[in-house]
Amino acid sequence: MAIMTRRGWLTASAVLPAAGALVAFRSKAEFSAPLSGREVMRERYFPNVVLTTHEGKAVRFYDDLIKDKAVVINMMFAACNDACPLVTANLVRVQELLGERVGRDLFIYSITVDPEHDTPANLNDYAKSYGVGPGWLFLTGKPDDIELLREKLGYVDPNPEVDADKTQHSGMLRYGNEPLSLWSSCQGGANPEWIAESISWVLPKASRSTG
Amino acid sequence: MYYDVHGNKISKSQWKKMYAAFKNRQEIIRAGLSRRDLFKMGLLTSAGYLAAKEGLSAWAYGDRGGSGQCASPTTTPFTMQLPIMPQKQPISVGNLTGPAPQINPNTAINPATGIAFEGRTRPHQAPALGFPFPPPVVYQVSQQAGTVFMSSQLPQQTIWGFDGISPGPTYVANYGTPILVRNINNLPSSNGGFGNPSVTTHLHNGHTPSESDGFPCDFFAQGQYYDHYYPNVLAGFNSDHKPAPGQPITTAGDINEAMSTLWYHDHRVDFTSQNVYKGLEGFYFLFNQFDTGNEGTGFHLPTYPDFDIPMMFADRCFDPTTGLLAFDLFNLDGILGDKFLVNGVIQPVLHVHPRRYRFRWLNSGPSRFYQFYITDLNNTGANNQFWQISNDGNLLPTPVQVPAVQLGVAERADVIIDFSQFAGKTIYLENRLEQTNGRGPTGNVLNAGQGNLLLQIVVDLPVVNDFSVNPATGPTFYALPSTNVAPRVTRNFNFNVTRDGQWVINDQFMDCNTVRFMVQQNSVENWVLQNNGFNFPQWTHPIHIHFEEHQILSGAPGLAGGGDRRYFYGGNSSPSTGVNATRKDVVRVLPRQSVTLFFRFRDWLGRYPMHCHNVVHEDHAMMLRWDLATTGDTNQNP
Repeated sequence: MAIMTRRGWLTASAVLPAAGALVAFRSKAEFSAPLSGREVMRERYFPNVVLTTHEGKAVRFYDDLIKDKAVVINMMFAACNDACPLVTANLVRVQELLGERVGRDLFIYSITVDPEHDTPANLNDYAKSYGVGPGWLFLTGKPDDIELLREKLGYVDPNPEVDADKTQHSGMLRYGNEPLSLWSSCQGGANPEWIAESISWVLPKASRSTG
Repeated sequence: MYYDVHGNKISKSQWKKMYAAFKNRQEIIRAGLSRRDLFKMGLLTSAGYLAAKEGLSAWAYGDRGGSGQCASPTTTPFTMQLPIMPQKQPISVGNLTGPAPQINPNTAINPATGIAFEGRTRPHQAPALGFPFPPPVVYQVSQQAGTVFMSSQLPQQTIWGFDGISPGPTYVANYGTPILVRNINNLPSSNGGFGNPSVTTHLHNGHTPSESDGFPCDFFAQGQYYDHYYPNVLAGFNSDHKPAPGQPITTAGDINEAMSTLWYHDHRVDFTSQNVYKGLEGFYFLFNQFDTGNEGTGFHLPTYPDFDIPMMFADRCFDPTTGLLAFDLFNLDGILGDKFLVNGVIQPVLHVHPRRYRFRWLNSGPSRFYQFYITDLNNTGANNQFWQISNDGNLLPTPVQVPAVQLGVAERADVIIDFSQFAGKTIYLENRLEQTNGRGPTGNVLNAGQGNLLLQIVVDLPVVNDFSVNPATGPTFYALPSTNVAPRVTRNFNFNVTRDGQWVINDQFMDCNTVRFMVQQNSVENWVLQNNGFNFPQWTHPIHIHFEEHQILSGAPGLAGGGDRRYFYGGNSSPSTGVNATRKDVVRVLPRQSVTLFFRFRDWLGRYPMHCHNVVHEDHAMMLRWDLATTGDTNQNP
C-alpha cells in the first residue's frame, strides 16, 4: 500500500461495499488472519521504543527487554517519596528471594514516569542506593516514548487530575512470560514473599520456587 | 511505509486498524442508519456515543486507561437462537479418567506428567461427618479449548470451556444427594494472548467444604485433576439442625437455607478475569422436594427445562481487524464490552409459548452492572412488570412484583414472566442502566428502547397448558432464618484504593498465605462493608463472600433511577425490604455507602475469601482470606 494521504482516504471510500453490506452476512475474508498470542500482546501492549538503561545503554523495549523473557515491570521516579520507596524496597527483597534466577529466568524493569529529571546517571544513583543487583534495569527515554509506554501498559488514570499527578502513579506491577503470552498484575505494596510467589507462577517450570 | 492523515509515519498494524475503523464509519454513514438501528445493533452506547468515543476507532486501549471502551465489528442482532446448555450427565465411578477418587489428596507422582496426579492439598471433610464416599453420583468434566460461533458474522472463536463449551454444561443436583466432580485440566499452552492454563473451579454460593470450594490459590496444573466433593446439604446440618436420631446426615440442615440457582467459574488468583472471559463458567441448579423442577409438584414453579431457562449475560469486546474475542489485559479499572452475549451468543432470539416461564438470570461480568427491563418497542411507555422470586441463589419468602431487576457481577435473579399478556408480540429484554466505564454505573436509567437490547423474545409458539403457580396469588416459599441474634463480633471492612492505585481492604494488601481473621465455627457475626475512601465517587463494588450467605440488615442497594429516589427499595440506612429481604452471597456496595450483613458461620472448617466480584478488581487483589476455625478471633478491623 502506498502513502496514505488524505486523498488516499477519499479514494479508499469509493471501493467500500454498498449500504446493505452492513447488515448482510459479512464475508469471513473481511477479517485479517488471527495473530498468535505473542503477536497480539506485542501489537497491543509492547511498542518497540528505544529506552536508555541506568547503565547508559540504548535498548529497544520489545526486542531487547520483552521478547523471549519472563519479566516484572513497574513505573517509578527517583524523587518519589510516596509509594515508590516501598515498592522498590519490596522488589529488592523479591530479587533476593528469587536469587540467581533474576537475570537468567526473569528480568525486572523499572521505568521512570519522570524522564525529564531521571537521567541514566540519576537512575544509576538510585539503583545503587537500593543495592539493586544484576538483571534489574532502570529505564528512561524520550518523554513521548515514555508516555506511550505508560498508556500501553495501563499506568494511566481516567481522571485527568489524578493522571497528571506523578505522585499518584500506579504502584501495581506487571508480570508475565512473553513466549507463553501469560500476563497479569500484582500489588507492588504486597508482602514481597507473596510477590515472588506470584511471579514464580509464570517462570519457566524448572526454576519455579514451588511445585 | 504507512502514513496517517497528518503525514506521520505509522506501523502497518496501526494503518490496518485505522483503515478498518474508517471502513466501519463509512459503512454506517452509507447505510443511513437511524439512532434506533444503531442501538439495536449495540453500536450506540447507553451514553449516546458511538461505541468508542473516537468514533469507531480500533480499540481505545490508549483511552487514558480505565474507560474500558472497545469497538467491535458490527453484527446483526437477533439472528441466532438462544442456546440452552446441555445437562451434565453422571458417569460410573469406575469410568473416571485416572486413579479412583480418594479422601486424601492423591499426591502420587503421575509418571506421564512428572507432577502429582491431583492438585488438591487437603482431605475431603465430608466423609468423616458421615457422608458417603465415593458419593452416589459422580461426574467428570474437562477444562479444554473449544471452537464456537458467537455471531454468524464473526469468525470462529477459540474459547476455553468446561467440556469445551461456554457456558459449560448445567449441573442439576438434588439436596440429599452428594456428588463428586472430577475436574481435569486439559487446557493448551497456546492461549491466543490471554488465559492461564492453571485453574481452580469455584462453586459460587455453594455451602461447600473449603477443599472443594475452588479457593483462588487451590489451582491445579495442566495434566492434573482435582476432585470436588459437593455435599448438596442444607446449612446447619452440623450445628443447629443436626439430623434426627436414625436419620442420615445428608438429609439434615435448615430447610430455610435451601438454595436454587448457583453457578461455577474459574477462580485462579490473578487470572480469574482472563479465564472467565475466555469461557470457564456454567450453571449449577439445586432442586429439592419443594423446588422440584416440575410445576405439578412442590412450589409449582415452571417445569425445567421446558419452561425454566438459564440465561448467562456477558459483555465482550472483539478485535475489529481479526474479529476475535479480545481482552484488555492491562486495564485495572474494569472492562466493558460492546457486544452482549446471552448463553454465549450475541443478542440471540428466544421463541416462547404464551404462558409463565421461570428465567434464571446471571450477570457473569466481567465488570458491567445491568438493570433488566421488558421492552415492547411499539409501546415504550408501558411499565411491563414481572415477578422476582429469588435473589442470588435463594428463593424470596414470596414473589415480589418489580419493574426491573438490577444485577452486579455474579448476582443472580430468578423471575417469572407471564407471556400470555404478550401473545403474538415480539418483545425485548433490555438493559437500561447507564455505565460509561468499568468502575460502576452512573446511576442513570435510560428511556425504554435507548439501552442495550440483549434478547429478543418472540411469543409465537402455540398455547399450551400452564400448571405453574401464579405469583400474584402470593405463594410462600422459605421463611427467612432469624437475624435476632447477638453477634459474637461485628467486623468492619473498608474497600478502598491507595493513592497509587492499589486495591486495599482496611488498608491491607492481598496475600493468599495470610489469614486476616478467624471466624469461630457455629457463631454469628455482623460485617459492615464500606466503600469510603480515596477517589470514592466512582466505584461500585459487588462484594462476594464465599461459603456462608448473609442477610442485609441495613444499607440494602435497590434499583437505580426514579429521579431523586436514585436508589429505591433501600438506601443508605434503610433495612432490607422487597427483593433484598432475602439471603444473598453478593452485595453491591455503592459509592460512599455501607451495608451491614448478618452471618451464621457453620458446619465446615477451612479457608475462604471475600473479594470484589468485578473480576478485574478481584484480579488486582481486592480480596482477603479468612478462615473458619474451631476458635475464632474478635478482631473488629481485620
